[in-house]
Amino acid sequence: MTGSFAEFRRRTFSSIMFGLCAGGAALIISILLLVIGYLVWIGVSSLSWEFLTAVPTGDVANPGGMRHAIDGTIILVALASLVGVPIGVLAGIYLSEYPTEYAVTGPLRFIADVLTGVPSIVVGILGYELFVVPVSRWTQSTISYSGYAGAAALAFIMIPIVARTTEEMLRLVPKNYREGSLALGATRAQTIFRVVLPGAFGGVATGIMLAMGRIAGETAPLLFTALGSRLLTHNPAEPFPSLTLQIYTYATGPYPEQKRLAWAGILVLLAMLFVVNLSIRLIAARHARTRVGA
Amino acid sequence: MPASSLMTQPPVPSKPQSEPPQVELPARKRPITSVGAAGTGASGSQYPVIEAIKRGETPEPRRHESVMGVPAILEVKDFQLWYGQNKALHGISMPIADGKITSIIGPSGCGKSTLLRSVNRLNDLVDGVRTAGSISLRGEDVYARGVDVISLRKRLGMVFQKPNPFPMSIFENVVYALRISGERNKAVLEHACEKALRQSALWDEVKDRLRGSAMGLSGGQQQRLCIARAIVCEPQVLLLDEPCSALDPIATLRIEELILEIGQRYTVLIVTHNMQQAARVSDYTAFMYLGRLVEYGRTADIFQLPRLRETEDYVTGRFG
Repeated sequence: MTGSFAEFRRRTFSSIMFGLCAGGAALIISILLLVIGYLVWIGVSSLSWEFLTAVPTGDVANPGGMRHAIDGTIILVALASLVGVPIGVLAGIYLSEYPTEYAVTGPLRFIADVLTGVPSIVVGILGYELFVVPVSRWTQSTISYSGYAGAAALAFIMIPIVARTTEEMLRLVPKNYREGSLALGATRAQTIFRVVLPGAFGGVATGIMLAMGRIAGETAPLLFTALGSRLLTHNPAEPFPSLTLQIYTYATGPYPEQKRLAWAGILVLLAMLFVVNLSIRLIAARHARTRVGA
Repeated sequence: MPASSLMTQPPVPSKPQSEPPQVELPARKRPITSVGAAGTGASGSQYPVIEAIKRGETPEPRRHESVMGVPAILEVKDFQLWYGQNKALHGISMPIADGKITSIIGPSGCGKSTLLRSVNRLNDLVDGVRTAGSISLRGEDVYARGVDVISLRKRLGMVFQKPNPFPMSIFENVVYALRISGERNKAVLEHACEKALRQSALWDEVKDRLRGSAMGLSGGQQQRLCIARAIVCEPQVLLLDEPCSALDPIATLRIEELILEIGQRYTVLIVTHNMQQAARVSDYTAFMYLGRLVEYGRTADIFQLPRLRETEDYVTGRFG
């Protein structure tokens, strides 16, 4: 009798725990769905061809579109990647492939980890001090905010992320690839660039895309660097627009039509991140197929 | 040792039927006298040499006259190696016959792979490795100061336990050694690729899919691809580190046939766990134990007329 009571307690406890875990998962998923659903509900009604192609009119009742901001975000991410990806990948190679000779690797990895967690507003201030203030001093101009400064701040966020994911992915490449290459008389650089890096290509590409997705959604680093702009510009030497900055401006402003545009902007930004993440999945899946036997 | 060593434990009397045929070992015809190492007091022991080694001594190995006289391409002289504080090789001295197949046998951890990896200085990659003594390739000490390790490795081919084709096409795998030397001429690359693949008996199976990924090949094919990759630059010595230990019996048999064929063109130094394999493929056999060379001679002699009881009992599976 006591045995069956213990059994009953065990089963009840198990059911309760399962219920709690399932409930937690359901809660998270429903919150996510709620947010996305709300966004789509409000955003879609403001989303139009005009939103994607027109630039701000200056008329608060009929504010036009966000073409400038969409272009701006794409250009900023591209510029930041141009700087951040090579530096990040090379740093990742250094961390993974040259670990034993130099004592700096450990501290370097620690610094990269700390940098990954630095609040983005700090990066914004840093970008302001490093890229905006000096430029304004040299050029004697009052406005020296620029797309370049914004891209530099974004690259600063990107580098440690890319470096750490690259390192992790390279570490997954089996040692016998490296030995096989070195035994054939390859130099270490040849081994890294011909065998190890291609072997980890999918993983490294995933890390890069993740970092691109992360910086595309950043606002704080751009506040005092790119500043934002209501003009359609492709010249990064000028104050530069971005989706996040434009959303921030419209959403905090007093005009309902602009607020509606902010919602649509958020939707577009989310769609862009969704596409990036989807490409990551595809790359990762292909990567898994080609890595058979590794 | 990796898990694959399970497959290549020293043979037990009854093998599964799929195993390659056993070499017939003659019944003992003459009594063997095991001569103890100098200074050992254990006269009553069955294996005085092994026991001397276990005590930390380095008894003089039995090197047969038949192997000492041959023209050598590699000359190992009093070679010693330490992994940090652990001494892995104790004064190994042995010539490797030019143009012949030499196998190194011995139980796990006897240092045979370490010795092989010392020839192309792959042990340099391991932290805390120190060496003493010398290994000479055609009279040049590979451990001399100022030796260009890269060009040394280009003169040696190596195949590993686990097939390790690179994540690229079959063609690019084979010509890798040429690519890294800067060869760009397509005709040269294609010619070399075909030649190496024919020599490694893989050409007919892959000639229509040279641009396909090497990862799609079976384990045995991958290992033959690795052999093709290792011989594409016509190495002076081909180093094989238990090349069949991760393969099934049929693939093993094919690789063994291939080794015999390749042995007609190249000097081959093969490390193996599998005594039958050593008996089947090699001209000379060295028996190692705990980092010491124990006996070294013609393969037929090592397997049929060994001078030490230790060797005899090891090759017949009674010890080790």
